[in-house]
Amino acid sequence: MAAITHTIFTPATAARFDKLATIYPLKRSALVPMLLYAQDEIGFVSDAVVTELAQRLDLLELDVRNVLSYYSMLRTKPAGKYNVQVCTNISCMLRGGFELLQHCKDELHIDHKGVTPDGLFSLEEVECIGACCWAPAVQVNYDFHEDLTPAKMDAVLETYRSREQK
Amino acid sequence: MPTLVSHPDEVKVLSRRFGQGAANIDKYIELDGYKAVQNAIAQGPDKMSSWIIDIMKASGLRGRGGAGFPTGMKWSFVPKVSEKPKYILVNGDESEPGTCKDHVIFREDPHSVIEGAIIAGLAVGSKMGFIYLRGEYRYLLNIMEKAVADAYAKGFLGKNIFGNEGIDFDIITQTGAGAYEVGEESALMESLEGKRGVPRIRPPFPAVVGLYGGPTVINNAETIANAPHILLMGGEAYAKLGTERNGGTRLFGISGHVERPGVYELPMGYSLRKAIYDVAGGIKDGKQLKAVVPGGSSCPVLRADEIDVGLDFDQMAKAGTMLGSGGIVVLDETVSIVEFALRTIRFYQHESCGWCIPCREGTDWIKKTLTRFHAGGGTKKDIDNIQYLAENMMGRTFCPLGDAAAMPTLGFIKKFRPEFEAYLAGDRVANPLIQIQPVGELVEAAH
Repeated sequence: MAAITHTIFTPATAARFDKLATIYPLKRSALVPMLLYAQDEIGFVSDAVVTELAQRLDLLELDVRNVLSYYSMLRTKPAGKYNVQVCTNISCMLRGGFELLQHCKDELHIDHKGVTPDGLFSLEEVECIGACCWAPAVQVNYDFHEDLTPAKMDAVLETYRSREQK
Repeated sequence: MPTLVSHPDEVKVLSRRFGQGAANIDKYIELDGYKAVQNAIAQGPDKMSSWIIDIMKASGLRGRGGAGFPTGMKWSFVPKVSEKPKYILVNGDESEPGTCKDHVIFREDPHSVIEGAIIAGLAVGSKMGFIYLRGEYRYLLNIMEKAVADAYAKGFLGKNIFGNEGIDFDIITQTGAGAYEVGEESALMESLEGKRGVPRIRPPFPAVVGLYGGPTVINNAETIANAPHILLMGGEAYAKLGTERNGGTRLFGISGHVERPGVYELPMGYSLRKAIYDVAGGIKDGKQLKAVVPGGSSCPVLRADEIDVGLDFDQMAKAGTMLGSGGIVVLDETVSIVEFALRTIRFYQHESCGWCIPCREGTDWIKKTLTRFHAGGGTKKDIDNIQYLAENMMGRTFCPLGDAAAMPTLGFIKKFRPEFEAYLAGDRVANPLIQIQPVGELVEAAH
């Protein structure tokens, strides 16, 4: 591995990446999880993330970008601090997923992939998130919220808003 | 948090530790955890593998991911001697719409997945396993990582497991980053090798050339989690719970328009009608049943008059559909099949990896046609065209995603053609919430 002289990550994440690069039979295997963890910290996969991960895993930046563009959870632009992902796939659709998505659009005044002006929320219509029996379901960042109604959704958004005010 | 449900008709084998805090390793051990793997090790190095595989074969367990391949047979295909290391790969990339059973296993009984992976390793002579969860399951990854760390701390993983000289097994847990296609076995291996999740051509099959080029057993998480239970109760006893050639029980996720949606463990062969009307409490709000997608969104739809069928791989195949991933999606009388078909194909079009042409182009054209059709710009010929496109995808793609998109599409058209025709006559109007392109453009393009 090319020595990393300057890292853009926090010491904890950098240490985690050092370890991830050693545990697999093939170093490159760490790429997909690393991209996700990097995004968790930086907010999106920036050019600097691509450069550092390529260096860490002895890959071309092109290789990293090639993988990056495949996975739907990875993004190259910042999202809101709380990324609201509304599932409208079949099980959720049958129990009001589309109505919930519309409600979020109206409440947050943004469209699919939009970000609120204060950067607090972004909104995404997503494919199945594996919560079909507790539909309709929404993920805010990695937190699941299930059995939702527009009123319950308002309460969910409110908990994130009030977190900011503290 | 997923709510756990229960019904008297359930036969709890895999789910017997659910709701009991078995994510805690001491609780898991107290509930007979890590006994099965030690029983296997006690057979001695020469007999261990055949002992496990014989029981698994006798159990009649078939792959719970959807394909229903007999697990014991799959394990027996791995060559005894291999220059390259052999690997166990647990597929927890649960992404088939309608399916959330592995979600519950990872949350309620993570150690059963670890123990199952070790057992698979002992059966085929592998020293390393991977547990791959979908990227959205971060909180479940945290649970799995804790469980793996606890197992290492007790000496159940690592070198000389359970104090047995020369028996080693390591586990790495990781997630994907959002891709349905990665649930396909060869695409999962690509993803685990740090690449785009594009399928590999077969043969060679993973049992011979898999992850990192080594022989690989890849099983669904539910399949793997069943292994310890089967070793404890015996293959024959497990087989007897189900029907012929469909051993045991299965987790069925019942969702959509039912009164009590949830993940239930029912014996293989259990009546689909009873699953909907008894177990899940019948159709929500006293409405009538219209249709059922019986095993995840890729399975051809059944009409309300076709649900007197047993939930096993063979009976469902006979009924012209599939048991699939066990995700039963129930549609009441109010659902527009045109709208439902559009939402289904939109998913497959989004998830097609684009590697091979019939899938990439087929899903896209079906989606385009159905979008216009739904928006009110359909013609009679569109119905035939959609069928033609789907028929030409069937069996012509690298991986099963092409079929997974074509089969439900064909099902909707064949079973509900009159509804598509009535839609043209203005029987229903488009759901404005589902539109993804300005309707004017779509209708103009059609004329």
